[in-house]
Amino acid sequence: MRHEVRFSGFGGQGIILSAVILGRAAVMHDNKFAVQTQVYGPEARGGASMSAVIIDDAPILFPKVANPDIYVIMSQEGFEKYGVDAGKEAVMLVDSTRVYSRPQCRYIEIPATREAKQTLGRDIVANIVMLGALVASTQVVSEAALEKAILDSVPKGTEALNQRAMKKGIELAAGSTHP
Amino acid sequence: MTQIEFWQGNTACAEGALAAGCRFFGGYPITPSTEIAEHMALKLPKKNGVFIQMEDEIAGIASVIGASWTGARAMTATSGPGFSLMMENIGYAAMTETPCVIVNVQRGGPSTGQPTMGAQGDMMQCRFGSHGDYSVIALCPASVQEMYELTVKAFNLSDEYRVPVFLMADEIVGHMREKIVVPDSVPYVSRKELVRGMPPFRVDIDLIPGFPQFGKGYGVHVTGLTHDERGYPCATNPKLHEALVKRLVNKIESARHTIANYEILNPDANQVFIAYGAPVRTVQQVMHDHPDKNIGFLRLRTVWPFAEFALKEFKNAKRFLVPELNLGQIAREIERYVDIPVISLPKLGGDLHTPAELLAALEVPQ
Amino acid sequence: MSFEDWYRQDRLPHIFCAGCGNGTIINCTLAAIEQMAWKKEETVFVSGIGCSSRAPGYIAADSLHTTHGRAIAFATGVKLANPDLNVVVFTGDGDLAAIGGNHFIHGCRRNIDLTVVCMNNQIYGMTGGQGSPTTPRGCISSTTPYGCAETPFDLCELAIASGANYVSRWTSYHVKELEKSVLAGLQTPGFSFIEALVQCPTAFGRRNKFKQVSDQVDYLRTHTMLKAKRDRLLDQGQHIPPDMYIVGELARRNRPALGVK
Repeated sequence: MRHEVRFSGFGGQGIILSAVILGRAAVMHDNKFAVQTQVYGPEARGGASMSAVIIDDAPILFPKVANPDIYVIMSQEGFEKYGVDAGKEAVMLVDSTRVYSRPQCRYIEIPATREAKQTLGRDIVANIVMLGALVASTQVVSEAALEKAILDSVPKGTEALNQRAMKKGIELAAGSTHP
Repeated sequence: MTQIEFWQGNTACAEGALAAGCRFFGGYPITPSTEIAEHMALKLPKKNGVFIQMEDEIAGIASVIGASWTGARAMTATSGPGFSLMMENIGYAAMTETPCVIVNVQRGGPSTGQPTMGAQGDMMQCRFGSHGDYSVIALCPASVQEMYELTVKAFNLSDEYRVPVFLMADEIVGHMREKIVVPDSVPYVSRKELVRGMPPFRVDIDLIPGFPQFGKGYGVHVTGLTHDERGYPCATNPKLHEALVKRLVNKIESARHTIANYEILNPDANQVFIAYGAPVRTVQQVMHDHPDKNIGFLRLRTVWPFAEFALKEFKNAKRFLVPELNLGQIAREIERYVDIPVISLPKLGGDLHTPAELLAALEVPQ
Repeated sequence: MSFEDWYRQDRLPHIFCAGCGNGTIINCTLAAIEQMAWKKEETVFVSGIGCSSRAPGYIAADSLHTTHGRAIAFATGVKLANPDLNVVVFTGDGDLAAIGGNHFIHGCRRNIDLTVVCMNNQIYGMTGGQGSPTTPRGCISSTTPYGCAETPFDLCELAIASGANYVSRWTSYHVKELEKSVLAGLQTPGFSFIEALVQCPTAFGRRNKFKQVSDQVDYLRTHTMLKAKRDRLLDQGQHIPPDMYIVGELARRNRPALGVK
């Protein structure tokens, strides 16, 4: 089954890294296929950044995301630019600390930045909180694959922090409302 | 043991080069090819290789040609503006029969254009961009896997035919990450050495001279001037010039059946897509979603030399449809060889054709 | 072995005009190489385009006669890919300082282990005498028919400012000094730049009141001043005539170099 996941936020939140981690989890630990693409621009220091991942059990032919069925939105500007047109069948995870609009589709509110800052002590891991929540609520890859991909990808010395961030995301998804 | 990775196309290209034994990279950073240079800067020193960031692309390709004469497998990587700057020295490499690999991760042009968006607008420049007549080899990858495999192939072809070989990628395959199966070893074709005592530019039936590596006592003179088989300038001898240029062209064109790499799907079809590079992916999607023996596909991995003989395998073809990220550069090449309609499906701006767009093209009445 | 053994006998006679200074510079360079006892199979000559750049074609070693202005960039590839090779670049003023100016300053900045010998005839000789970046103000060329209005480069100052380890200037008159200077350049690790002012009777001399070849050589002899003398005069607060070329060893230093064996 083909899933198209679109991530957006502002430069510096780790939007691109989130997409790469998800793709790695699918390809290297779940034996699936994935294609990750991104918008290249000067967003490393702000602005709305976007990255997308296609995950499928079969080889992926057309590599561009046409109609995402899963969104992970971490900033208001990102919502307005890359989330507002989400189709009715999609599901959107929003970082409720930073995004105040809500889409037409089903959505899940994850206070990722707040939890990252207050509970985990580092707002930099908000994207990992979102990834944990994404996987818990969609099963687009397995939790075990995601954890391995996170550990492969994050800087040495931050593994435990990132593991806690992922678990926090899973926990938040379990307790979140699904309007 | 093969190994599964989730790599960016540009990383796969650099890793393919390293696996092929590339030990010299000279270049200049330019989007969207820069990750290749960065990866080579990281990895080459650990393999006793040399990475050097030159002062511009002219110097980049110059250093690559210099390195190649010492026997090293050498490459550069660039995009449109840098590719334009390299043209004179690419002609020098063709004239002096210097093996070298030039990667062009194509972006939207002309001029600065769209640095971060994919395009295929340099296909004719790669064939004809330097002055004078010559032939080259150009390969077009459509996946991260092929960024790796065709880079390896580029080195082998370059050493075998002593000609610049282009990996004509695009921003889409260069920048996307996807699954790649990295082989534990790759094929290796070495340069034919010059037989001692033979004039350095005398050729056999294959039209390819043996290579006199610098530092081995051959005492070879290499010049971009028209030269005789000793390598000595003879720039005002009409017959010699004609024979030399014809050989430079024929050594590639006469081997095109061997060099050309392509795939044919549904040879009895009456509508046939022809694609290379990233647009291959859209055609594959259409073929997958709409299995129909009447839709054929000629999928080119080698664009130059052009495999015109492959067109003839579609005996029932009523028309060819050619999606390209340019205004029909290869469609026009195809038109030279066939007497059925060639429908150019150009796309500019950086996006791939969507499957729906290609389906719509099939629906247009013939 | 003598320096004459370095010539490719089957390529003679050469293309240089009667009275040209280039042959003198090539002889001096080969004589210095002979003193280094370098072997032909470990020595590579690289050049660009122009009269001076034809030199490697007459030398019986591996040689790369490249595109206009790019010799140093090609040589950089040769040297870095195989530092065991000794790499000598022949170039001219137009090749080095106009079209190749960027490669020249970056070669100096990298301080790559090359020896670059520039035959500066202050004109584009091969193409019939157009003005170059070293054509003196007021001099006549086919593209400066009313006298050159631009200020020329001082190639040696450029090399020094850009970081070369060894820099010297001589002329085709100063044969012994030039040979010694090339030798010092070959011995110095890093970028060595030797400028040799040469007469060009065909394209420069005849337009600029040098009726005989010897007139231009005489001019070079009488319009050069040793660096030591210049420094002494400056110390004494004396005036240096503006049309004097300062000759001698202008820089010799030991900055970090690239591509050293």
